[in-house]
Amino acid sequence: MSVKLQIFEYNGSALVAMVGKNCFAIASDRRLGVQLQTVATDFQRIFKIHGKLFIGLSGLASDAQTLYQRLVFRHKLYELREERDMKPETFASLVSAILYEKRFGPYFIQPVIAGLGDEDKPFICTMDSIGAKELAKDFVVAGTASESLYGACESMFKPDMEAEELFETISQALLSSVDRDCLSGWGGHVYLVTPTEVTEKILKGRMD
Amino acid sequence: MGDSQYSFSLTTFSPSGKLVQIEHALTAVGSGQTSLGIKAANGVVIATEKKLPSILVDETSVQKIQSLTPNIGVVYSIANLYSLCSGMGPDSRVLIRKSRKQAEQYYRLYKEPIPVTQLVRETATVMQEFTQSGGVRPFGVSLLVAGFDDKGPQLYQVDPSGSYFSWKASAMGKNVSNAKTFLEKRYTDDMELDDAVHTAILTLKEGFEGQISSKNIEIGVIGSDKIFKVLTPSEIDDYLQEVE
Repeated sequence: MSVKLQIFEYNGSALVAMVGKNCFAIASDRRLGVQLQTVATDFQRIFKIHGKLFIGLSGLASDAQTLYQRLVFRHKLYELREERDMKPETFASLVSAILYEKRFGPYFIQPVIAGLGDEDKPFICTMDSIGAKELAKDFVVAGTASESLYGACESMFKPDMEAEELFETISQALLSSVDRDCLSGWGGHVYLVTPTEVTEKILKGRMD
Repeated sequence: MGDSQYSFSLTTFSPSGKLVQIEHALTAVGSGQTSLGIKAANGVVIATEKKLPSILVDETSVQKIQSLTPNIGVVYSIANLYSLCSGMGPDSRVLIRKSRKQAEQYYRLYKEPIPVTQLVRETATVMQEFTQSGGVRPFGVSLLVAGFDDKGPQLYQVDPSGSYFSWKASAMGKNVSNAKTFLEKRYTDDMELDDAVHTAILTLKEGFEGQISSKNIEIGVIGSDKIFKVLTPSEIDDYLQEVE
């Protein structure tokens, strides 16, 4: 039996970012699959650009890794030239421009960008595979589990949550959503970022 | 000196280690009309003489101070008036055009206005390329770039060689040594923008041949509002009256 190739669903992914009070959290699942077969259970989808800027890349895993390498390259040069870190809003504009360059042969990914901007104000956004930005004040989601994630976040989210509560909320939203999606799951990976520290936690969920 | 034998090709070093064409370009700049810039605590002012070859020239059509972006302005120093025909004033137009394009490209990519240092560096890179390429000659202008960004007010000078310098206050063109001495005496770090404009006018007056008026000088300012503007003749008149 052959499954019709849906390129955005080939590897499976789940990504969510949420804004809290002077902090943000970004979380992903850990499964890497080749359609229905699971190939890895420790796959990294969220990458650090600098201490206060993270990007998660859902969709085709090889495009996610390649695009991440290109973005790190651009940011390193920017840091050397301008002697400062990139603001999250600026980085989002850069990602959008890079994705649109490939308008007629795009990267099959959907990024989720989360960072602390000027005066440590949390910033999150997502965009489609050709760079259409979507800014949000509360949460953004991406991946094969995105529909469940929308529902879970919408019901669980409250504005101005402190770091611990934000961590609990994003973890519950992620785990309950990936349980409803056969292509994502096998645990969770959560980054909680405040102006002073970055906490990284692995979640144990249903391993199936 | 055997240098003159090496002045035919701009890409050949002379025995004394100079690129003779660039030296000539700097000389051209050094004999041009005086322009100067002063960085104040809350802004930057740039000013220049505007000597026209004849009273028949419509002075409102001549503008030596231009803006590169809403928050960065530039003035250039050229050799002499005849060089307007021999290719120096137009050199500045080419540079201004390229700089504006670079600033817009930066904005298109990052949706952020270009920092002054980055624009100066890119402009200087263009000028350097024309000292190391085949079939071209160096630009015959030096630029004084005034801008205000997140790092505060900034003043840069860019030379035909492609070197750039950050200044608290600087002058170029004729009379540069007198002007710089005058500026050294009068410059203070906590100067306000208005004081800087007065000082700029007085410095121009030092070496001015004839009567200074709003028709034969140009002044551009940028304050903490981060908007570069060229002063109108009536605004210049107001400052001139305060100086008298």
